[in-house]
Amino acid sequence: MPVWLLLPALAVLVPMFAYPLYQLGLLSLFDYGQPQVSGGEPARFVGAGNFSTLFADPAFWTVLGQTVVFAAGCVVVTLALGAALAVLMTRIGKLARTMLSYAALTAWAAPAMTGSVVWMFLFDSNLGLVNEVLGLDGYNWLYDRTVAFALVGAVVVWHSFPFVMITLYAGIQAVPPSVLEAAALDGAGAATAFRRITVPMLRPLIAIVVIQSIIWDFKVFTQIYVMTRGGGIAGQNMVLNVYAYQKAFASSQYGLGSAIGIVMTLILLVVTLLYLRALRRTGEVL
Amino acid sequence: MRKLLALPALLALALGAGACAPSTDAPAESSDSRTGTLRVWLFDEANRAAKEAVVNEAIAEFTAKNADVKVDVSYLATDTRAEKYKGALNDPASAPDVTEVGNTDLANFVASNGMADVTEDNKKWAEAADLPADLVQTVTVADKAYGVPWWIGVRALYYRTDVFTELGLTPPTSYAELVTAAKKIRAERKDMLGIAVGGLYTFGALPFVWDAGGDIATNSGGTYTAAIDSAASKAGIKAYTDLFSPEICPAQQCVDLTGGGTVEAFAAGRAGMGILGNFNRSAVEAGAVKGKYGVVPLPGAKPGSIAPAFAGGSSLGVFRSTTHRSLAVEFMQLLASKKYTLKLYDAMGFVPAMKSGRAEVIAKEPFLKPFVETMEAGTKFVPVDKAWTTIDAEKILPNMLQKVITGKATVDAAATEANTQITAAFGK
Repeated sequence: MPVWLLLPALAVLVPMFAYPLYQLGLLSLFDYGQPQVSGGEPARFVGAGNFSTLFADPAFWTVLGQTVVFAAGCVVVTLALGAALAVLMTRIGKLARTMLSYAALTAWAAPAMTGSVVWMFLFDSNLGLVNEVLGLDGYNWLYDRTVAFALVGAVVVWHSFPFVMITLYAGIQAVPPSVLEAAALDGAGAATAFRRITVPMLRPLIAIVVIQSIIWDFKVFTQIYVMTRGGGIAGQNMVLNVYAYQKAFASSQYGLGSAIGIVMTLILLVVTLLYLRALRRTGEVL
Repeated sequence: MRKLLALPALLALALGAGACAPSTDAPAESSDSRTGTLRVWLFDEANRAAKEAVVNEAIAEFTAKNADVKVDVSYLATDTRAEKYKGALNDPASAPDVTEVGNTDLANFVASNGMADVTEDNKKWAEAADLPADLVQTVTVADKAYGVPWWIGVRALYYRTDVFTELGLTPPTSYAELVTAAKKIRAERKDMLGIAVGGLYTFGALPFVWDAGGDIATNSGGTYTAAIDSAASKAGIKAYTDLFSPEICPAQQCVDLTGGGTVEAFAAGRAGMGILGNFNRSAVEAGAVKGKYGVVPLPGAKPGSIAPAFAGGSSLGVFRSTTHRSLAVEFMQLLASKKYTLKLYDAMGFVPAMKSGRAEVIAKEPFLKPFVETMEAGTKFVPVDKAWTTIDAEKILPNMLQKVITGKATVDAAATEANTQITAAFGK
């Protein structure tokens, strides 16, 4: 295939993606804050200075660590829940299936902002429905770090499982019945057929939902920012994206914020490449 | 592998397109036209019409004197204010001539080269002598004045008169009495907080630090040195965080309250006391406690003393990029004059910055007495330095308070950490 056919895609990708990324990289090498933006002080080239500031800051490592754990937890739960419900959808009646997909689609359609605010109302210490029903008057769901992360994680999963569910359900439906029938004739039970036939055939789809989920959950912002009011009590629920926002925009350290952005991009790039490589090893063509 | 061929092409394109390194242009300087339109930015308020009436009166007086000048006022909504200012700092064409500025924001605007130095203009201004020194400090960076204080707001101790009478309490005159009263209220009224305090309420905590003789940072010759880990500061932090005990304001409920949250709790009748401002009066009047509260100055540790309050409020300044420098200064001084700050008080309840103006409003309104007493006892301010924006945005002080309140760190450890972060902020 001639390479020039890539040009239309490049025409979109370069201005929308490569150029901002290039600027991000450039900014990450400067000491660049509000006084520099407005010309009060000259922008100072600091080389890798922003990165060494970042890596020397113990807060960054704490935030990075808890972002990885939080994202991993969200990805696992989202995939498990999404897959389980997708299988369930193939087993239940039409009415139940319609109701389940409507419920899931509604959660999917709810903007992250709205969802977060509504959940916050439900879990409010003094006036929330949940505390009212459970009789936990005055219990603060954000007080303990793990409880707060679990609550925000639940909202993240609630927002993202429908994508996994619908995608996998469509994939399962597309598995040719003849293959499954052949397996059944060869003596495979439902579980074996699922493990040996359905899952391998769904592998490209699973790859997509896994990468998507990792990227989404690693970059989670709205839910943390809104629900824990910008990082929780004493910053205990800070994740990398909120941390970058706080550095770059709230305190106008655009250079340092860009450095965090670069680190995030690299981490996600590595994750994606590793995953693609693993897939290629198993002989799948994407 | 074909995909990889795109990469060099992509890189080449990106490098070609983007020779735009961050700008280091020198900013525009003021010029001084005597005609045309004077652009003014003021803050929008819930009852803007009242403010607008006062401002329009000032404009009428101003244009009567300067016939060829039009004054165009924009009222900035609170939510988008920061963005508007960023735009004004980045692009002189979208900047106003005269602006209202929250007093904690001024230093960052000055560092961003946004504000005009009006030291000489203020020296020539007849009313300048009437401004109190502590407020003049809030618009002074490195011995130069970048504006004039317009109005001031301070916080004092609101308390529930009905609860105090029923429990036989008197308004506290020392920190120890405040603690005793708060414990008694919570012991007798299970669903009430003794005093509403918040882990995110920096301006509620600072009076305790200042009263103990501590500060966020000390200033010598224009250079700030972080001082939140001094023994005095730590004593103040301990005094404030000790209020988050189960017998007064349980950490579970109070650790993530903001200043606004404490206003809400007090106004809804969920607290026996609260550290609220004179500007919170309407919120309290609109709540369940209307007619059932009184105000006294927030007591310090020493019996009969007043804990220094944070000098909140708003100032007026001239943008450096103005094309009407003299007119802008003239209009700023007119709005900030005693005449119009008194009218503003009548309209909005904002206490005039001027000493004689304050004296007049207190004679009119007994409610203000405890607040004016607090102002006269001497107010304090946050460091007038662009670093304050970082200290504020990174929540260094609230994080410190919350770590102590939740028991994640001792006062010593949290203060030391905050001190390191504040030092780093000043070093930028």
